[in-house]
Amino acid sequence: MRILVVEDDKDVAGFVTKGLREAGHTVEHAGNGRDGLFLAASEAFDAIVLDRMLPGGVDGLRLLETLRAQDNKVPVLFLSALGQVDDRVKGLKAGGDDYLTKPFAFSELLARVEALIRRGKGEGPTTRLAVGDLEMDLLSRTVRRAGQKIDLQPREFRLLEYMLRHGGQVVTRTMLLEGVWDYHFDPQTNVIDVHVSRLRQKIDKPFGTSLIHTVRNAGYMLRAEAE
Amino acid sequence: MRAAGRRWLRARHARAPRPYLLRSAGVRFAFLYAMVFGASALALALFLWWATAGLLDRQVQAAINADAQGLAERYHEGGLPALVATIQNRLAQNVDDNAIYLLVDAALHPIVGNLTEWPAQVTQPNSWFELPVTRAGIESLARMHRYDLLGGFHLLIGRDVKARAKLRALLTDGLLWALGVMVGLGFAGALLIRGVFRAALADVSATAMAISGGDLSHRVRRSGRGDEFDRLAETINDMLDRIARLMDGVRQVSNAIAHDLRTPITRARARLEDAAAHAECAEDLRAAIERATVDLDGVVGVFQALLRIAEIEAGARRSAFAPLDLAPLLADLAELYVAVAEEQGVRLVLDAPAPLPLLGDRELIQQAVANLLDNALKFSPPGGEIRLQGRRLNGSVPGSVEVVVADAGPGIPAEDREHAMERFFRGETARDTPGSGLGLALVQAVSQLHGGVLRLEDNAPGLRAVLMLPAKTENAA
Repeated sequence: MRILVVEDDKDVAGFVTKGLREAGHTVEHAGNGRDGLFLAASEAFDAIVLDRMLPGGVDGLRLLETLRAQDNKVPVLFLSALGQVDDRVKGLKAGGDDYLTKPFAFSELLARVEALIRRGKGEGPTTRLAVGDLEMDLLSRTVRRAGQKIDLQPREFRLLEYMLRHGGQVVTRTMLLEGVWDYHFDPQTNVIDVHVSRLRQKIDKPFGTSLIHTVRNAGYMLRAEAE
Repeated sequence: MRAAGRRWLRARHARAPRPYLLRSAGVRFAFLYAMVFGASALALALFLWWATAGLLDRQVQAAINADAQGLAERYHEGGLPALVATIQNRLAQNVDDNAIYLLVDAALHPIVGNLTEWPAQVTQPNSWFELPVTRAGIESLARMHRYDLLGGFHLLIGRDVKARAKLRALLTDGLLWALGVMVGLGFAGALLIRGVFRAALADVSATAMAISGGDLSHRVRRSGRGDEFDRLAETINDMLDRIARLMDGVRQVSNAIAHDLRTPITRARARLEDAAAHAECAEDLRAAIERATVDLDGVVGVFQALLRIAEIEAGARRSAFAPLDLAPLLADLAELYVAVAEEQGVRLVLDAPAPLPLLGDRELIQQAVANLLDNALKFSPPGGEIRLQGRRLNGSVPGSVEVVVADAGPGIPAEDREHAMERFFRGETARDTPGSGLGLALVQAVSQLHGGVLRLEDNAPGLRAVLMLPAKTENAA
């Protein structure tokens, strides 16, 4: 996938571009807002990682607003040292799709960018999700694995749905907390781990092979063993 | 510091462009008072003048005009002899002896009248004159009008106004004296106003000077009269109290930051340095780096919590207030935490009958309650019970909603409870558990933002944290 990184700090930019390239993406880098806007407007990208505060007269918010005014719908992840709630709201209002506060773990950035790219592809409304022999019917709200019906609590259902929608991708604990529970803070206790482990009890344990995998220092990934 | 403050103040004065006197608001008010007083006094004097001296003047003119009209008619009917006869007649009948007539021919020789000769100053035809005249040997003042008749005759009609002039002089004197007295009174009043003004502001000014000089304990004295100045003093004192509290907070926090953040940073630094010097293989190095990263993440977490508390305390988030129901919010949180609790062998009991309407920031209340639950879980012994309770209070504090998180852990000793909400405070029992010591500080900040109270009570055994928030009322918005 083609990703544009607009970031003025050389170290952070190098760290991000290197990591994204290692994850198999093609990365372009712009060191200021003007170049970033030029690249974003003239070429096609699958996602943009955008710093809020940029030199060169065009800051991240202005860049994005200009881009959105041109009806450019490329998914954008804000990367910012401004971590206040109002800053996040401002970023999302300007047309940002996600917001990550500095300092950040690269695994979090990668997981979020890949989730954005997937969302940007716009698969349209689906009624059925599947990974391996695990199937979810969104209309009848039933889950089956290897043809066998599994009973899930409503929250477990939403947790599994989120993981299925991001099948084959890393989902971090923060992403789950935001996406499934709509909470925007970090609990001190390992609440998410406990919920995932309960889900495992139901969809993995009785079947021998695991679909939910723990990714070290990052989060979880739902994928069939064969992939 | 104090001297520097003074110098700064003086520098500001030096820059002021206005002259000294106008720089004082007291002088300006006093000046305004004197102006208004003077203007009304002047208006009164003018009216008096118009009503007395002016009236007399107008009466004299009216009499002369009436006289002239009568004589003109006579002259028109009977010519010169009739006119002369009429004038003689009028002079004879003039009891007050104040009428003046003089009829002269073209060469200014007197024909009839009570003036001996035509006054030299009277040259302009058909106009008014006020001249000194000598009548029967007596010096006097007369107001006269000159009429030019057909046939080259000139007629002078006037009235003796000596008595009136005397009255006018008397009046002018009186008014001038009164004006002098008024100026004096105005000045005295102005001084008085300035004095009152200065006295009222002197304490405010002295307090401000002391504060800018670095003495934050100074307060404005209240007169106790409950007037505008008292209210101003009260407002200023409230403001100073708040500033002092904030300053204390800042001082406390910066001390705590210096102390509490140094520890994990030192640890991370030591790990990295040690690994750089002694690691024998890439595996060791990687492990050390990862552990240092975890330490740094901890530091970042503390920073974020601090910033969040600061953001809440600044009150900027009040714009995000919206009506919300606390009952489903608590149910959702209980649902999130019940799994962790069970994992630890702790029972989490929810008791929150709907509805619990509230005006507030959903995200912050969620985080506050989550912090309380985090704490309760951290200190709960296996087999213990945590109660998450939400209820409306209709008793002593009407219109509030209470969230109670009660655990059966070691609790907080009574003497520590007051400090438990301060940033970075960690009780003896909490020394060995992970945590930043910021959880309760954030809950406290959230409760204050909502105009509520956070109370820590003894659950015998354990801790009972009570977060009281004002319920949604009409004027709460």
